[in-house]
Amino acid sequence: MKKGLSWFNVTSIVLGFAFLYIPILLLVIYSFNASRLVTVWAGFSTQWYWALLENEQLIDAAWVTLRIAFFSSLVATVLGTMAALAMTRYGRFPGRTLFSGMIYAPLVMPEVITGLSMLLLFVAVNFDRGFWTVLLAHITFTMCFVAVVVQSRLVTFDRALEEAALDLGCPPFKTFFKITLPLILPAVVSGFMLAFTLSLDDLVIASFTTGPGATTLPMRIYSQVRLGVTPEINAVCTILIAMVTVVVIIASVMTKRAENMRQAEERAAMMQ
Amino acid sequence: MAADKARKETIGAVRRSFAPWADPGKTPLIRFENVVKRFGDFTAVDHVSLDIYEREFFALLGPSGCGKTTLMRMLAGFEEPSEGRLTLAGEDLAGVPPYRRPVNMMFQSYALFPHMNVQDNIAFGLKQDKMGKGEIDARVEEMLKLVKLEKFAKRKPHQLSGGQRQRVALARSLAKRPKVLLLDEPLGALDKKLREETQFELMDLQMDLGMTFLIVTHDQEEAMTVADRIAVMNNGVLVQVAPPAVIYEQPATRYVADFIGEVNLIEGTITQTGQDETHLSSPVTPFPLVVAQTMDCKAGDTACIAIRPEKLRIALEPPADQTENVFEGEIWDIGYLGDLSIYHVELACGQRIKVSQPNLSRVVARPISWDDKVWVTFAPHAGVVLTR
Repeated sequence: MKKGLSWFNVTSIVLGFAFLYIPILLLVIYSFNASRLVTVWAGFSTQWYWALLENEQLIDAAWVTLRIAFFSSLVATVLGTMAALAMTRYGRFPGRTLFSGMIYAPLVMPEVITGLSMLLLFVAVNFDRGFWTVLLAHITFTMCFVAVVVQSRLVTFDRALEEAALDLGCPPFKTFFKITLPLILPAVVSGFMLAFTLSLDDLVIASFTTGPGATTLPMRIYSQVRLGVTPEINAVCTILIAMVTVVVIIASVMTKRAENMRQAEERAAMMQ
Repeated sequence: MAADKARKETIGAVRRSFAPWADPGKTPLIRFENVVKRFGDFTAVDHVSLDIYEREFFALLGPSGCGKTTLMRMLAGFEEPSEGRLTLAGEDLAGVPPYRRPVNMMFQSYALFPHMNVQDNIAFGLKQDKMGKGEIDARVEEMLKLVKLEKFAKRKPHQLSGGQRQRVALARSLAKRPKVLLLDEPLGALDKKLREETQFELMDLQMDLGMTFLIVTHDQEEAMTVADRIAVMNNGVLVQVAPPAVIYEQPATRYVADFIGEVNLIEGTITQTGQDETHLSSPVTPFPLVVAQTMDCKAGDTACIAIRPEKLRIALEPPADQTENVFEGEIWDIGYLGDLSIYHVELACGQRIKVSQPNLSRVVARPISWDDKVWVTFAPHAGVVLTR
């Protein structure tokens, strides 16, 4: 096989990266713009970042978003892991197909529909909309992502490990925490991080399910942008991008490392 | 040297006289009573009754899917019998979960905990018993010594070779000193040489610890080497339970004869029965075939003679001894294995039989060659008549 890249490959990589990242790059560059006008470059400055600190509305929104992202992804991780366990472990229980369908529905469902149906539910049960409703909605829609990630790890999990623990006198509940959880932890953590970033930048579902006093950062940004883009918004977005990037990189590195270790173990196992 | 000799003598004495199954006064340690296990429509274990005695090294032998693993998993508590009773030291095991049974299992995949080092793997079961730390450390030490892995205590499983992992798995399952040790294809992943060595190590270990071992294997040589008794299984049914020599020399059915080692099956009809003598007529030879065996059947019944290749003799001349069974044939093919040569002989009726002969001299040219006309003989006590 020919080594190196052909001109076709180079072009497609350049075009791909350009389409994906030039807008983001522009946004990051303009967040360091000294000018008040977004489209005119007037030298480097970090003043908009300092201005952010005084923008209480934005800071409030960021705080709400972070709290929602953290708690919703925490609960979603627990529920998603449990769902994945149920689907891989309990073979054919009545309603399994329905259950797995329901778990995966939010993956393919348009967000508008998820948001709208959550809104209808909260209205129907007369739940005051605000922080808690957004939290619940986020748990619902991020749980399925955690379930998918954890399930893909569990299908390759050697059940004999759990049986060995039981056989050595360890009760099932303890076995889960001593054996199963430590071994699937990388998948659980990357599920958590995925849920966290999804919750962090969700606009649609949050807009449907929120109420007074619980404006998330994406919602705040969206409403401000409609009045005109300010360099401050660019600065917020840059921070958001940085956070998401860091979390995604950590998650993928962790998955990769766990995968490498598993492969190394398998190789060692083959090489008797 | 003296200690070695003394040990050898005691081992010999114990091995020679060990036969608790023949003693009606002995109570078995493990009893399967009419045990059935169904998975949906499939019957994995079909009315199995089996007694296993204390200090016995017992092998469950059969092809894959014969129900031997299911039988063992029921003892470990991973499966519940659909019917029947299972007792251990007189105690009914129904409803007792695996983590409360005084048996431990060594898994086929070893199932070592990859996130724990060797020491922690071995200590895992002991920690569940709320044993003191000093006691645990002492026991782990003892186990590491037993399997000669003292230097590897801090290694993780993936840093060990296959043979080392096998020994860690063994140490872990022995650490709690279970009443019964279950071994599920324990040596399947090892290469041939290491497997043979380990078989003898296992036997010595079982002897020294005075424990009851139950091994599941599909490797008949392994079962023959290690076990005091073998249970041959097929399609969920026990076909024969007996010591290795009985299984080999006096198989109960054609299935057992065929599954254990090589065998020639010569179909025929019983013509005459008597004390220690059974005559059969068979298409392979015009003469009656005589087997020194008392049969509980009558003339006219169909039966077959099972005879092992090494119990047949082959010659270029007709035999002088008239009391032996003889048939004529032609050499069809020869397989030279070094220690043995396997001759495929085609008889007049078209059936081919295998004869193996030890190669006793260093001469490379063999006297018997392809297409030679040969006489195959066997003594009356060399074959066995099977009706099932």
